[in-house]
Amino acid sequence: MLADIRPIDCDIHPAVPSLKALLPYLDDHWRETVVERGVHELDSISYPTEAPLSARPDWRPATGKAGANLELVQRQALDAFGSRLAICNCLYGIQLLFSEDMAAVFARAVNEWIAREWLDKEPRLRASIVVPIQNAEMAVEEIERWAPDRRFVQVLLLVMGETMLGRRHHWPIYAAAERHGLPIGIHAGSGYRHPVTSVGWPSYYTEDYVAQAQAFQAQLASLIAEGVFAKFPALKVVLIESGFTWLPAFVWRLHKYWRGLKMEIPWVDRPPQDIVRDHVRFTLQPLDAPESPDALAKVLDHMGSDDFLLFSTDYPHWQFDGGDALPPGLPRDLVRKILLDNPLETYSRLREEAP
Amino acid sequence: MNIEVRDRNQIKAAARVGLAIADGDIHPRPKAANSLDPFLSERWRRHYATYGALPRHGYQKGPAYPKGQPDACRRDTYLPDGGKPGTDVAFMAAQHLDPNNVELGILNAITPSPGAVQNLDFGAALARAMNEWQVAEWTEKDARLKASIVVPYEDGRAAAAEIEHWAGSPHFVQVLLMSRTAEPLGQRRYWPIYEAAARNNLPIGIHAFGYGGYPVTGSGWPSYYIEEMSGHAQCCQALLSSMVLEGVFEHFPSLKVVLIESGFAWLPALSWRLDRNWKRMRDETPHLKRLPSEYIREHVWMTTQPMEEPERRKHLTDVIDWIGIDRLMFATDYPHWDFDDPASAVPVRLDDAQKAKLFRENARLVYGV
Repeated sequence: MLADIRPIDCDIHPAVPSLKALLPYLDDHWRETVVERGVHELDSISYPTEAPLSARPDWRPATGKAGANLELVQRQALDAFGSRLAICNCLYGIQLLFSEDMAAVFARAVNEWIAREWLDKEPRLRASIVVPIQNAEMAVEEIERWAPDRRFVQVLLLVMGETMLGRRHHWPIYAAAERHGLPIGIHAGSGYRHPVTSVGWPSYYTEDYVAQAQAFQAQLASLIAEGVFAKFPALKVVLIESGFTWLPAFVWRLHKYWRGLKMEIPWVDRPPQDIVRDHVRFTLQPLDAPESPDALAKVLDHMGSDDFLLFSTDYPHWQFDGGDALPPGLPRDLVRKILLDNPLETYSRLREEAP
Repeated sequence: MNIEVRDRNQIKAAARVGLAIADGDIHPRPKAANSLDPFLSERWRRHYATYGALPRHGYQKGPAYPKGQPDACRRDTYLPDGGKPGTDVAFMAAQHLDPNNVELGILNAITPSPGAVQNLDFGAALARAMNEWQVAEWTEKDARLKASIVVPYEDGRAAAAEIEHWAGSPHFVQVLLMSRTAEPLGQRRYWPIYEAAARNNLPIGIHAFGYGGYPVTGSGWPSYYIEEMSGHAQCCQALLSSMVLEGVFEHFPSLKVVLIESGFAWLPALSWRLDRNWKRMRDETPHLKRLPSEYIREHVWMTTQPMEEPERRKHLTDVIDWIGIDRLMFATDYPHWDFDDPASAVPVRLDDAQKAKLFRENARLVYGV
C-alpha cells in the first residue's frame, strides 16, 4: 500500500556528521572559534548516538552517524518506503546553546547546510527551518531568511526549552510562521534548561524519552491556554515524534478544567478539543500502542478525527522493524489520509507542486 | 465540578446515594494557624510563628496561581460561623459523610504540607503534630474516618521513623506523599519510606500537588492555574515512570501505591509507552524482570477524581477496561471545588458487582479495613 500511494514522510533526521561539516557555512570569526576554542560536537543527550532508539541496527552505517549519508538516506528512507517527499528535521543541538549569538549563527549554518547538501541534491527532500529559540527576534530573522525558499516547509522547535512555548515572548515566531504558511513543528527533545520531568532529573535515558510525551502534553496546554490559536487562527502545529495515544485522556482532562476555569482564560472561547482538531497534527511514529489492532482502533476512535495523523518513519530512529511503518489493521481510507492527504492538507507548501 | 452554591449555611441533608461508599480522598485542615500548637514543642511553635512554613515556593500565603475559588473549596463547605472548609468533623459528617453514605472516608491532610517545607527538622515536627492532630480531632471523633500518615518525605529516614511511630495504629491506613517532590519518587532517597510502608503493610498514597521546587513542566513554569491543574496528570506520569524504572516494585514486591486526585485515563497510554521503550532499551534497566505495565497492573491503584469526561461515555468504559475496575477507587475530594458527587460523577454504566468494587470493595481491600 505504501508503494501504491507513495507517501509523504513527515519526519526524517539527516544528521550533521560533525561540526567540521558546518565550517564552510560559518564566517571567519566562528570558524576560528570552533577551531581555536575546540568547540565540541553539539549532539544532544536526547539521542545518545549509540542508544538503541537513536538508530535502527540495519540503518547504522559501518562508520559515522546514522542519517549522515545522503545515499543511505535516499535508499533506506526514501526508496524503501516509496516516499514521494520527506521532511528533514535536523536535530543538531542548536537549542541547547546558552549564547543567543552562537545559536543564531549555528542555526543559520545548519539551514544553509541542509539547503546545499541535501535539498539541492535530492528533489524528494523538504526541510524544517531550525531557529534559535533562545531569542525570538533572531528566530524570526532566520524564518524570514529561508521563507522564500519553498523547499522549507515548517519551523522546527523542541518540546522543552527555557520557557513554555505558549508564552507571549514566543509569539513573533508564530506570527512569522503564519505569515509564510509554515506550520510550527514541535519535536521531541530538550534545551535542558530544566529537568525533563516536573519532579527533577531522571536516572535513565528510557525515563527521559518516556517523559517527552509529558512535555508535549504540557506544551499543548500552554499553546491553548495562552491563546496562541485565537491570536493566529491560520497557524498549524505539528507534534513530531510525540506519540499520540495520550491525546484523548489529555483533552478530556483539559476540557473538564476548562469548563470550571474558563474565567481565567476568557480568550479560549471554545472547547480545547475543537482547537486541537483544527490546529494540531501528530506524526505517526512512535506508535505508543499495544500490539493488538483492537486497542489502536479504540484510541483512534477516542481521538475523534481521521485528520490528526501524518505518516512518518522517524528515520533513522528505531521505532519499528522492516517496512512496518504502518500499524496493521487500519481501514484503507484512513491509510490514504495518513500517508498522503493529511500531510498535504497540513503543509501548504507541499501542495504547490505535484511531484 | 465547580459547584456554585453560594449559600454557605445550607447543608444538603437528603440521602441520595443508596450504596454505602468508601471515599478515597477527604481533606481535613487545621481550623486556625495555631490549631497545631498543642502538638508542637515550644521550640517549633516559636519557629512556625516566627518564620512560617517556608515551603519551596515564593509566597508566604501559598503558590503563585490564584485558585478557581477561595481556598479551592466548594462555596457551601464553609462553616456556619464562617470557619474554613474541612475544619470541623461534625459539619463534615452532616454535610458529606451522612448524606453521601460514606462508611469509610480516607483523610488526606495536605494543608500545611510537612514534606514541602525547606527545614527538614521542622518538617518532621510538623508531620508528627499533624498526625497527632488527625487522631485527636478527626479519627477519634468519627470512626468512619481513617487517616493517612503525613511524613517529611524529603528526608527518607525521618519519614520512615514517622511511619514506624504509627505502625499498628488503627487510626492510620496509608502513608501520604505529595506528587511534586524534589526528585522523582523512584529514586533511592525515598526507599526508606517504601521499606517502612511495605514492612507495615501500609499503602503509599501519592496525592497531587506539593512543592518540589522545580518548574511544574520540563520547559519552565506555565502561566495559568488551568495548566498547573491539568499538569498533575503529567507529573504523576513522571513519578510512576520513575518508580517502575528504578525497580521500586521489584525491590518491594508487596508495596501498594495509590495515586490520588490525578485522574486515571492517562494510565494506559503511559503503560504502552513505557513497555515499548523498556523493550527497546532493556539493557539500561536490567534490574526489571517484567514489563513496566505488569508492575503497574499489580502495584498501582488510582482514585477516580477528577474523573475525565469524554464526550462519549463508551470511551471512558474502554479506559476503565484497560486499567481494570479492580484498580479504581471512588473519591470525592471533599471539600474542594472540583468535588466529584457520588450520585452523578461516574458517567458510565456499571453492573452491581463493578459498582461495589469501585465505590467500596477496592478501598476495603487496599486499606485492609
